Amino acid sequence: MKLILRKFALLLGLLGLIISSNSYSVVTGEMIMVRSAEAFPETMSLLQEAIRHQGYQLSRVQRVDVGLSAKGYATDKYRVVFFGKGNEIQQISAKYPQLIPYLPLKIAIFAEDDNTILISANPSTYNDLFNIPELKPTFDKWFIDITKIMKSVQIQN
Amino acid sequence: MKTFKITFKLYLQLTLLIYSVLVSFFQSSFAEPKGEDLYLENCAICHGTDGQGGMGIPISLDDFLKSASEDYIKKTIRLGRPNRIMPSFYWMPESDINKIVSYLGSWRKSPAPIWDSKPVKGDQLAGELVYKNKCASCHSENGRGGKGSGLHFSRSNGMIITPPALNNQGLLNSAPDAMLHYIISNGRKDTPMPSASTLGLSKTDINDLVSYIRSFHLKSIIHKPLYSEEPASLIQESPYSFDETVENVKRAITGSNFVHIRDQALTSGFDIETKDSPRQTIIYFCNFSFLYDALKIDPRVGMFLPCRITVTEQQDKVLMMSINPKHLSQLFNNDALDESCDQMYEVYSGILEDASL
Repeated sequence: MKLILRKFALLLGLLGLIISSNSYSVVTGEMIMVRSAEAFPETMSLLQEAIRHQGYQLSRVQRVDVGLSAKGYATDKYRVVFFGKGNEIQQISAKYPQLIPYLPLKIAIFAEDDNTILISANPSTYNDLFNIPELKPTFDKWFIDITKIMKSVQIQN
Repeated sequence: MKTFKITFKLYLQLTLLIYSVLVSFFQSSFAEPKGEDLYLENCAICHGTDGQGGMGIPISLDDFLKSASEDYIKKTIRLGRPNRIMPSFYWMPESDINKIVSYLGSWRKSPAPIWDSKPVKGDQLAGELVYKNKCASCHSENGRGGKGSGLHFSRSNGMIITPPALNNQGLLNSAPDAMLHYIISNGRKDTPMPSASTLGLSKTDINDLVSYIRSFHLKSIIHKPLYSEEPASLIQESPYSFDETVENVKRAITGSNFVHIRDQALTSGFDIETKDSPRQTIIYFCNFSFLYDALKIDPRVGMFLPCRITVTEQQDKVLMMSINPKHLSQLFNNDALDESCDQMYEVYSGILEDASL
């Protein structure tokens, strides 16, 4: 009986994931963009949590607004979050150095009034850009993962 | 027996739950999308969830809707605004566009206008003079429009809403003369656009202005050539050692009036063993004035920030590399940003060249 219940729970979880992934969509094309109805601090926390949840490590947060403010420019919150999988980045950059300028992965996040906007380049476009068939699954996986990260930030609103 | 009953009850409850989840899943998956869903999916990122504006203009504004006919909105969605951020939804089925238009209609306080397609008769040359005196300070010469995106929340740009480009072929193919006439006559409340009476314009002036604006209309929309031949990355070999090249790059950055921010390894911040990795140093730099201006023009540009050049050692060669801003400018559909990207291209190329001299 326990086994049946476990299977039910797993099935429910899967269905939940399928349904949630159909609830909202992010704008994709050359860029992946999403609007969060939450304020910047909450969205930033959700984003970092979503990145980790998707199996990536945060390597750095560039505080663009802090640099601008320090120089006297008025700006609202604007950060760039760098993330990736260390070993993957190490291997890809060693074999395909032309990709280095696009690594690690990153998402720009900025406040827009009481909403927050998140934007990332669409890694699946790297297929045409770099034409490295060996990396197609990686680029496509990055696209799926970034889309999931973005969606999860939006879904929790 | 009691245990069996409890287990059976639990089983029944779970079955019902799964059934309801399945029904809701199939309903949501196969039901036709509603106008609101389509709007949230395609438009809200720029125009805001309630049309309050953002990177895009505030389309729920009463005075915008008073002048925007359903036909105008349909054409705008279909054509976009070439080189002014708003993309063309050329791929969207007609039925979906109609649903979005219908959804926007739910925000209207009065019925949608229906504009006469007859051209307004005016004196184009006289209109040019009026334009220069009364309109060019906001809409720029030749109707190029203000720089920047829709609303400016956090990056002050002098005006809360970017004045639209009146020479944009997306606009001119969507807005009939009668609509332009109405907007000039009445202005737009809650925006910097004043009415004709505020500007002291006569009825003849308005007709002349419409005639001048219509003169920007080309027979077909000309798409600017893309930098399709531009490589995604700028890569240059250095004749110097790795360490010398890093120092050369830093010196060239300072020489280009940019500030060197920091150096770090590509894999810095990741928990990995790096002793067998090729040497890779990222040199970050910035010119805050340039950055501020670029973000004012288009806040999306941040996804390629901050400026950086990477020096790497590959098979006994020392390479310097960066993104190619000319290539990336293609992503934004924003003419104003193209100028900044061209400038950044010059900066990057200059630094790479200087560092390898």
